[in-house]
Amino acid sequence: MTGEELKAETSEGLQELQERDETDPVALAIEEGSLRLPEGPLLDPGDIDVEFGEDETMIINMGPQHPSTHGVLRIMMELEGETVLRSKPIIGYLHTGMEKTGEELTYVQGATNVTRMDYLSPLHNELVFSLATEALLGIEIPPRATWVRMLMTELNRISSHVLWMATNGMDLASTSMMIYGFRDREMILSFFEKATGLRMNHDYIRPGGVAADLPDGWEDDVMSIVETIPGRVDEYDEMLTGQPIFKHRTEGVGIISPELAIAMSATGPILRASGVAWDLRRAMPYLAYDEVDFDVIVGTVGDTFDRYAVRLNEIRESCKIVRQCVEKMPLGDYRAQDKKVTPPPRARIDESMEALIHHFKIFTRGFEVPPGEVYTAIESPRGELGCYLVSDGSNKPYRMHIRAPSFVNLQTLPPLLRGGLIADAVAVISSVDPVMGEVDR
Amino acid sequence: MTAVGANAAELAALSETSSIRAGGQEVLHVTRERYLEVAGALRGAGFEMCADLCAVDYLRHPGRRLPEGVTPERFEIVVNLLSLEHHRRVRLRVQVPDADPVVPTLFNLYPGTENMEREAFDLYGVCFEGHPDHTRILMPEDWEGHPLRKDYSVGRVPVQFKQAPGPR
Repeated sequence: MTGEELKAETSEGLQELQERDETDPVALAIEEGSLRLPEGPLLDPGDIDVEFGEDETMIINMGPQHPSTHGVLRIMMELEGETVLRSKPIIGYLHTGMEKTGEELTYVQGATNVTRMDYLSPLHNELVFSLATEALLGIEIPPRATWVRMLMTELNRISSHVLWMATNGMDLASTSMMIYGFRDREMILSFFEKATGLRMNHDYIRPGGVAADLPDGWEDDVMSIVETIPGRVDEYDEMLTGQPIFKHRTEGVGIISPELAIAMSATGPILRASGVAWDLRRAMPYLAYDEVDFDVIVGTVGDTFDRYAVRLNEIRESCKIVRQCVEKMPLGDYRAQDKKVTPPPRARIDESMEALIHHFKIFTRGFEVPPGEVYTAIESPRGELGCYLVSDGSNKPYRMHIRAPSFVNLQTLPPLLRGGLIADAVAVISSVDPVMGEVDR
Repeated sequence: MTAVGANAAELAALSETSSIRAGGQEVLHVTRERYLEVAGALRGAGFEMCADLCAVDYLRHPGRRLPEGVTPERFEIVVNLLSLEHHRRVRLRVQVPDADPVVPTLFNLYPGTENMEREAFDLYGVCFEGHPDHTRILMPEDWEGHPLRKDYSVGRVPVQFKQAPGPR
């Protein structure tokens, strides 16, 4: 088969936004942000019908190098003056085949791969991969490992939301928020560096537990974080919520109804801001989330301001959870004492030949996982982060699929952008919080 | 089926096989012909969100364990449905033969599968009949082949040793 023939067979058309008369009617409806649900009428979120002539509209690109697109997101929009008529996100500029790479790495190495997907919440990626592997292995992890995982992922949620507030502030011309957000994130990242050795891409949560116990004096470090952050969040609340420019740019912009959010599989702050109290930590508890006390933050209108308010208050809730983790942290092992999965302690390697061989075997060959398939899901800062893992009984996953929340949430952009101004588009894209490393994987 | 959430027997009646609990997770095997019908029934039974849809290529793992009555094929489409009301998940597994890798689209039931089906098409070459925008999503549109198939080679960068011939 020649290249041209293969191309004709595998390519199904152009990805870009096409002229109206060249677009499939259903695809046009998606781009315009109106969708007919199986039951009920046509959902038309914008409800704005702008009269326009065929030659008065213009298709423009926003991205992939636009500063407000948070990475290499490219959005093609059809504009009538400054009003967005239809839009289409075009992705794939950061695709590096991480799911394929995951099939070539052992389960021990797998966490180093997935941690690079959503680079703003690396610990959540490691957690979902480890939970899936442990479900296939059928091992129980000790309570301390569970609570350490909870502590670290909640701190990670704070750092991710704080960074979101920083970039969102920058998009809405509040540069002081940008500086403050990065300052607070750095505080958490330096604790991560102390505990895991790295600021990002930690490979800390591994199948079988965590890589190392928390460092000496971790309580003081963590308490100083959760004592500082809420006070600062109050300041940001006052600075942004009480600011008329910020409110005018966010209130009533990019509204999504709960029905549409559910139909489009949106999760996380987007779904909660529209009024659906769906948080996997509460609805389908994993780790020990059923033992801690926290509130699920829900919005009412589903606009950009609600999504901001949900994230802002989730920082406060995460601080509450972190405090409880510090209080309730049990003593004991930080990884499962399962010889198959867990390498021997470092001290044993110096004195025992068998321990050295065992250590070498685990880090070169890895361990075999019984055949089967499993889907695990956790609540990442951006929504439902899932991992579908298929094992054929070898030491590498046969298939590793990550259900990336940003990838799915991006579908809500056309209804959110429709009928708005192009300046609102910047606020809306920011409020969806896509992380392109996770979108393209 | 009522909207109170399907019980195990009702779920089992929908699929070719009984509903299997794999590690506490409910799995339904359906044929391609009944795929849309079962998905529609599940949507009516309260599974209002399609959380995930992905494809698996079983080329190198043909001897996998499947319940009786299910013929293993090369591809499998795996759909994770979620009920927000009943806090419950169900997984559909559809066998898709290599010779004719086509399944009907779920877009009309779950509009959120749009991106996921495009991804499955892009990476595995499984076509979704009736999808409104059946194009590649992650790879460039003129890419040849479907990279996550098991017979698609993993690209390798040769390790440059001191004695190795230089780049030509």
